[in-house]
Amino acid sequence: MNAMPLWKRVIILAICAWGVVAAAPNLNYTNIERHNDALAAVEAAGGIATAEQQADLDLWPNWLPSNLVNLGLDLRGGAHLLAEVKVEDVYKARMDSLWPEVRDALRDQRDVVGNVRRLPSPEGTLRVAISEAGGVATALQAVRALATPVVSLTGVGQNDIDVSAEGLEIVIQLSQAERAATDDRTIQQSLEIVRRRVDEVGTREPTIQRQGADRILIQVPGIGSAAELKALIGTTAKLTFNPVIGRTSDAGASPGPRNLLLPSMDEAGVYYIVEETPVVTGEELVDAQPAFDQNNRPAVNFRFNPSGARKFGDYTAANIGAPFAIVLDNEVISAPVIQSHIPGGSGIITGSFTVEQSTELAVLLRAGALPAELTFLEERTIGPELGQDSIDAGKTAAIIAMGAVVFFMIACYGMFGTFATIALGINVALIFGALSTIGGTLTLPGIAGIVLTIGMAVDANVLVFERIREELRNAKLPGRAIQLGYEKAMSAIVDANITTFITATVLFAVGSGPVRGFAITLGIGILTSVFTALFVTRVLVEMWIGWRRPKTIIV
Amino acid sequence: MAFRLRLAPENTNINFFAYQWAMLVTSCVMMAASVALWAVMGLNFGIDFQGGTTIRTESNQAVDVGAYRQALTGLDLGDVSITEVFDPTFDADQFVAQVRIAAQDGSEAVTPETIQAVEDALKAVDPSITFPSVESVGPKVSGELIWSAILAVLGASGAILIYIWLRFEWQYAVGAVAALVHDIIITIGVFALFQIKFDLAIVAALLTILGYSINDTVVIFDRLRENLIKYKTMPLRDVMNLSANETLSRTLMTTGTTLIALIAMLIFGGDVIRGFVFAITFGIVIGTYSSVYIAKNLVLMIGLDRTDKPKKGTPDEYANIDA
Repeated sequence: MNAMPLWKRVIILAICAWGVVAAAPNLNYTNIERHNDALAAVEAAGGIATAEQQADLDLWPNWLPSNLVNLGLDLRGGAHLLAEVKVEDVYKARMDSLWPEVRDALRDQRDVVGNVRRLPSPEGTLRVAISEAGGVATALQAVRALATPVVSLTGVGQNDIDVSAEGLEIVIQLSQAERAATDDRTIQQSLEIVRRRVDEVGTREPTIQRQGADRILIQVPGIGSAAELKALIGTTAKLTFNPVIGRTSDAGASPGPRNLLLPSMDEAGVYYIVEETPVVTGEELVDAQPAFDQNNRPAVNFRFNPSGARKFGDYTAANIGAPFAIVLDNEVISAPVIQSHIPGGSGIITGSFTVEQSTELAVLLRAGALPAELTFLEERTIGPELGQDSIDAGKTAAIIAMGAVVFFMIACYGMFGTFATIALGINVALIFGALSTIGGTLTLPGIAGIVLTIGMAVDANVLVFERIREELRNAKLPGRAIQLGYEKAMSAIVDANITTFITATVLFAVGSGPVRGFAITLGIGILTSVFTALFVTRVLVEMWIGWRRPKTIIV
Repeated sequence: MAFRLRLAPENTNINFFAYQWAMLVTSCVMMAASVALWAVMGLNFGIDFQGGTTIRTESNQAVDVGAYRQALTGLDLGDVSITEVFDPTFDADQFVAQVRIAAQDGSEAVTPETIQAVEDALKAVDPSITFPSVESVGPKVSGELIWSAILAVLGASGAILIYIWLRFEWQYAVGAVAALVHDIIITIGVFALFQIKFDLAIVAALLTILGYSINDTVVIFDRLRENLIKYKTMPLRDVMNLSANETLSRTLMTTGTTLIALIAMLIFGGDVIRGFVFAITFGIVIGTYSSVYIAKNLVLMIGLDRTDKPKKGTPDEYANIDA
């Protein structure tokens, strides 16, 4: 028979050896994981290890492979959140900030357009009334002069605002191109801020990624409850300092034009009337730290950037004795009276916080405000114990499945069954090796995928062995029968596995989370099982034939 | 001669067409029954497809479903279902239940307050209770998930159709895909009959069945293609029988090993993925049946264009059975 050339054998055996080496670290999962975590922490700290970290580092030598399979949330436990960003929020903010500019532009043309007044309008549009009918054209021109071209690939040649006239009213809204560009920016910003907030909490390997047009997928392994995570991510954390006009206990009080009626955070039934336009906002903060006030109550220290500090300083200097409100997400944290001019740009927020709350607020202020509100569409929390139970159950099932299949194969095919068994072992090693190397995620359906692969992996072997049997029945010599067996079984094996691979690809494309994990293991399993069945068993069989040189073989 | 376990005798000569009409009628009846069950009883959709919340509770005290229900009635949650979960892998003092709450009206998103209220109410009944998993899906997402699931099944079937068509001939592709549709409809029928939870993982299982069933079918088709070249004058029906007989040993072997692995998973894999594994296990049995009896028989009914053989589809082709 035509044996495989030596170089082919060497490559095949080398791949097998690589699989075993790459999969091996997973046998010592806990220790290596601690080693890897410590290594990352030490690198982040600039190479200085604490005694504890050093102990973890010593659990596994650095020069050995240490790539591990990622465990999915359903196995490790953790929280999975799918949030939708309300991109429309930003349109409103944009229109509100455009109003002063429009007002100033029209005031410059006062003799032509007459009085200028902002009218109530749906969110995302700005409606301005002028009093002189002859001034509409001039007003349109003045407002259009405020527009700037959109900088984006699809919006070339378009301006950021659409301006039109309805009688004496000028209607301004964001153009289609600007909306698309704004949406994109909003999502990017939200992603960044969510990432910063999650990083501040210091959980390991969170996944934060954009999904579709306006969604963010957040997966944080290893935390027991999604509530805490949601509190952290879902808070907009928009901090503003607004002048206070009055205080009331009437929830239905009319705040007057351009003013807001906001509830107090601590005192039930107390409302503040504040000016809508803030003196300074949280965007101008450079730092926030949890602290204690002079009465030793938890508080948050903050510091403004130079422009924020100037605005804050000017305002406090001019309004000594007047109250101003510290507003977080439309609730008044506190409304202290300005005692003196505060020039340095730093201050302290007090309220009835617990230490946890003040720490959380500091984190939120440091990370910055979300540009738009997040709503949660999907939420899954899996406790670590349930995950461990699933791992154990999966392990038991895999071992039993393996044992049964091995018994079955050896009973049916004798020596050839043994080769198939060795190939099966290598197959499982290759799956884990490949998963570890590409950083694939193992999920519970993924374990089922491996168990299924264990069952199906022998299929290709069975095809070959049955074929060899047939060829032997046609009175072929052992070497020739084996060669023909492999050659003739090839097309069936390839066709059958390509179709299965197609379904794995479709699963990967449309699935998410655990289902995608299943698609990955199934896909890798198909590749490795074809490889082991066509090449590994063949090398083993040929080596055996070359060694024993049997006159007849029984398959 | 060394001992060998044989699942099929060495040389079988089973006439797989002997009961072809009975088989065809049986399959059609099963498919019709599945569709009827599906229409009448409906599927027990999981939250992936219907929206809502499932909470898994675990306690070291026995589950009192009545008390749980009592505790939750005050919360005005609409449709609540509570089922106790049993599993051989549980410890003696491990009691697990599954609480399912329908999507709350008028909310697109998940309401954390509702979940908190449910957890508090259950804690009042049983202080030792814990919640190992809480999953909530808003109606907006679940609507999209249904579509992506349907697209997945259609997309995979379409891709397989095209591949088989390219590799074989269109008749094979029709036969193979008809067998796939058969497998999937009947599996869904079983889910309707037993009201097993139907969620995203089950769709993954359906796709796996698709892959496995096609695998089986392709092996027989491949042999058929080979034999058609070898035995140019043999009637199509006989070539098919020969091909099915020649591959029978392999079909049983592969189904056998795969079933062994899956049954191990079914028994020892835990309750979380039991539905998933059950779907695959059932689908593999039905998939093996359909590749032997449905796919090939349909190809025979459509007829193949054996261009080398001028006399094709003569009446004696059906009379010439020497089995």
